[in-house]
Amino acid sequence: MLALLMLNILAYMTPNPDKTQIIIHLLSVISQNSAGQFFSSGHTNNWAVLVCTSRFWFNYRHVANTLSVYRSVKRLGIPDSHIVLMLADDMACNHRNPKPATVFSHKNMELNVYGDDVEVDYRGYEVTVENFLRVLTGRLPPSTPRSKRLLSDDRSNILIYLTGHGGNGFLKFQDSEEISNVELADAFEQMWQKRRYNELLFIIDTCQGASMYERFYSPNIMALASSQVGEDSLSHQPDLAIGVHLMDRYTFYMLEFLEDIHPASKTNMNDLFKVCPKSQCVSTPGHRTDLFLRDPGSVLITDFFGSVRKVELTMDAINLTDPIKQMEENPVNGEEQKEVYSYADQLPVSEIIHQKPKQKDWHPPDGFILGLWTLILLVFFKTYGIKHLKHIF
Amino acid sequence: ILSATVDAAADTQGTSAPETVVPSSVPQPKDDFQEELVIRPLHSGDIYASFQFRTLWDTDFMRENKVSHYRLFPKSLGQVISKFSVRELHISFTQGYWRTMQWGQPFIPSPPGAELWVWFQDSVTDVDATWKELTNVLSGIFCASLNFIDSTNTVQPSASFKPLGIGNVTDHSFLRYATLPREIVCTENLTPWKKLLPCGSKAGLAVLLKSEKLFHSSFHSQAVHIRSVCQDWQCKTTSWELRQTVNSVFDLHNSGQAKREWSLFKMFSRTLTEACPLASSSKLYIDITDNPQQFELSPATSLLSQAVVLGDRRTFSVYDLTQETTFGSVRSLNLLIRWKSNEGEMLRPLLHAERYVAGYGLQTGEIHTLMYNNHPYRSFPVLLLDSVPWYLRLYIHTLSVTSKGKDNKPSYIHYEPSKDRVKPHLLEMLIQLPPNSVTEVTVQFERALLKWTEYPPDPNHGFYVGSSVISSLVPSTVAMDTNSTRERPLFSSFFPCKEESSYFVRIYTEPLLVNLPTPDFSMPYNVICLTCTVVAVGYGSLYNLLTRSFQIEEPNPGLAKRIANVIRKMRGVPPL
Repeated sequence: MLALLMLNILAYMTPNPDKTQIIIHLLSVISQNSAGQFFSSGHTNNWAVLVCTSRFWFNYRHVANTLSVYRSVKRLGIPDSHIVLMLADDMACNHRNPKPATVFSHKNMELNVYGDDVEVDYRGYEVTVENFLRVLTGRLPPSTPRSKRLLSDDRSNILIYLTGHGGNGFLKFQDSEEISNVELADAFEQMWQKRRYNELLFIIDTCQGASMYERFYSPNIMALASSQVGEDSLSHQPDLAIGVHLMDRYTFYMLEFLEDIHPASKTNMNDLFKVCPKSQCVSTPGHRTDLFLRDPGSVLITDFFGSVRKVELTMDAINLTDPIKQMEENPVNGEEQKEVYSYADQLPVSEIIHQKPKQKDWHPPDGFILGLWTLILLVFFKTYGIKHLKHIF
Repeated sequence: ILSATVDAAADTQGTSAPETVVPSSVPQPKDDFQEELVIRPLHSGDIYASFQFRTLWDTDFMRENKVSHYRLFPKSLGQVISKFSVRELHISFTQGYWRTMQWGQPFIPSPPGAELWVWFQDSVTDVDATWKELTNVLSGIFCASLNFIDSTNTVQPSASFKPLGIGNVTDHSFLRYATLPREIVCTENLTPWKKLLPCGSKAGLAVLLKSEKLFHSSFHSQAVHIRSVCQDWQCKTTSWELRQTVNSVFDLHNSGQAKREWSLFKMFSRTLTEACPLASSSKLYIDITDNPQQFELSPATSLLSQAVVLGDRRTFSVYDLTQETTFGSVRSLNLLIRWKSNEGEMLRPLLHAERYVAGYGLQTGEIHTLMYNNHPYRSFPVLLLDSVPWYLRLYIHTLSVTSKGKDNKPSYIHYEPSKDRVKPHLLEMLIQLPPNSVTEVTVQFERALLKWTEYPPDPNHGFYVGSSVISSLVPSTVAMDTNSTRERPLFSSFFPCKEESSYFVRIYTEPLLVNLPTPDFSMPYNVICLTCTVVAVGYGSLYNLLTRSFQIEEPNPGLAKRIANVIRKMRGVPPL
């Protein structure tokens, strides 16, 4: 913008038209180079899909995990319209919660990750494997509202965070169904073929989480997990007042790490891989970067957790459409005889009593009844002979 | 001592008066926003707070050119009204159950869970498809699982739920009613609700709506009501009215620390500092009908108002938040209500209802609905609406209505039987309740077996049956005001009043929680394992028997024997 301003000022001040042309050309080249630098990361918008798959009060920590990532992602700039938050059960307003409308991450109760401004898109029974896969692939019924859709394009960076109970090769949804790592890998491949993402960061915090990213085969995916195959992810610490474990270790230390990130920070993915070493986490966090094209050291945390709004510079003039004309209001005519409205009677007893029941249309008898009667008549005439026909008619 | 009451209130409020000359230079604002909060201390020590935010807009959503300039009216709701040709929309989210016997009647009743009822315009051709799309869109706007509303829990009442707004045509085929008793209300529903207000939650009465205090209450209900109302007393033109209401009851022991002393800060953890600048009127009403024996109010106010609400004439102290003097020198209003004595009898509510399931076992049961008429000598009619899901098969031949031990035949019965997995039972009855009596409605049912994929992930919690709705015209102790457009506080003008001697009331019973017989969900796994094992063992054995042939194989002979065999072969003698 500054370059354009300087350009304009120079153009006015210099009387010589040739010199002006040269200066304009030079400045435009410079600004295009900086614009090119601006677009080096390749994405123009950010999305986040955060899923908690566990139901029941004792799985409080999984909801706290998801909400802490939601909080970080919102703080770093991704708006609610670009976040699909799926919580399988309600912990904040659960009747067992001694502090309603709050979900805490630590027993010192400093940080209410639920907050005052939360918008949950899928909640309760809606969090199913089918809905999750439909959100990822975009195959939703036409009447689904926008807040429940993942409207990403080929320049979107998507953060996908899953937490819950899992095992070797599967993740349990709501105690009644599972999603396997093969299904997940196929869903990501569908997303790649439909160009629904530019780069994808997949984080999973479950037992044996590394098994979930073993089967990925689509490009541009980076994955992190809280534990290797054969290991359990452990929870951090219980709170005796609330009575349950508040958060899982991996996400707790990840939240601590993310609290230090601000929208302009330059921390890269290698720092994220170092979060929660074995001494703190007891399990060994793992990561997978072989499908990712860029070097993880050059990928900023804010590329996935933050939201950078890009501005496109253009040198062309744009024609605006015609200004909107004010609607001509029909003048109120006092002389016109308008019908008088009135409020409906709330309980018109006499009207209700004399309400005629709806006349059901007469339908000809069903095929079954016709067949049955035909059978009865046939049997009758077979047994007693046709001479009895005259007694009937 | 009553000072200038309703007339003073009328002067400060700003809805369009009947004889207004339209000035040629300045266009008259077509929309108007009012907010009010009514606080009513209850006899049990709890306190009832009712917020109402009303936006009136003189526009026509149904014309062909789309409305595009929204000011105070929220755009998301305006688009919903015009796209789905909605005539009236009422949606409420409630946590908790309203205890009528302890708390009296609420200003705006609502059942536990979510409730949605909509009147569509006559121009809608396929009401069911429009209804399905509308529920999906509303589930996105309010962050609720309203998309679970489908034909299995939607009913079309034939006599209840008449439109609350203006309208002459009442063809009930354009009405749909559904309730989700399991729906949870939490901050994620309050957040988009607050965003619909013109001032959001930044100024005015909405700053008090803090989720940590609101959800720590015995009862919390938030609702949105959209309807057409008359603009003036002649009622030749209409305008659209949007009312957003919050009703909360704060418990003496949970929120009040067992002390009968309430203040705005204790209830909401906030105080009021200003009115919403976009509001034409912003008022706070405290119900002081039982004063001065009961409680002491500070800071004191000289404005008083009387209103006839719920059949009773109540006196209110009024704080006008549009006046600077209300906030005093500290620029904040923290109302304090301190009790002096514990005496006083609560007026028993005239109509009260209960519902429960009787019986034992997992096969049959009985639903009992009890309706109490506490009026000493007047009887009044009551319209009972019951919507029971299809998996409780009602035996309608066992339906019995008894009052005082004798049979009470309803003057109107409408019953629509259910269809498995398609639609629920609908039972509507108009019953005359004799004075000072209990009327009991009983019906037996049988529990159905669901297919194993139809169970929710936690089937042992039970299945909910929505509340019964009881609509009634209850005789009133004082004459009701039938003039519908005289300036009245919002809480007294929700239900339209057509006659002076009775007022309309709608009460909801408890929802029921019934256990259905649940299978052992590990059985499919067990059956697969067992069957595969049996097939493998059976088929494998048979295959082996049929195709395996045994050959005798001699073990390798020792070296001596082998040499002997070679010699014998050369001699032509059989081997060893």
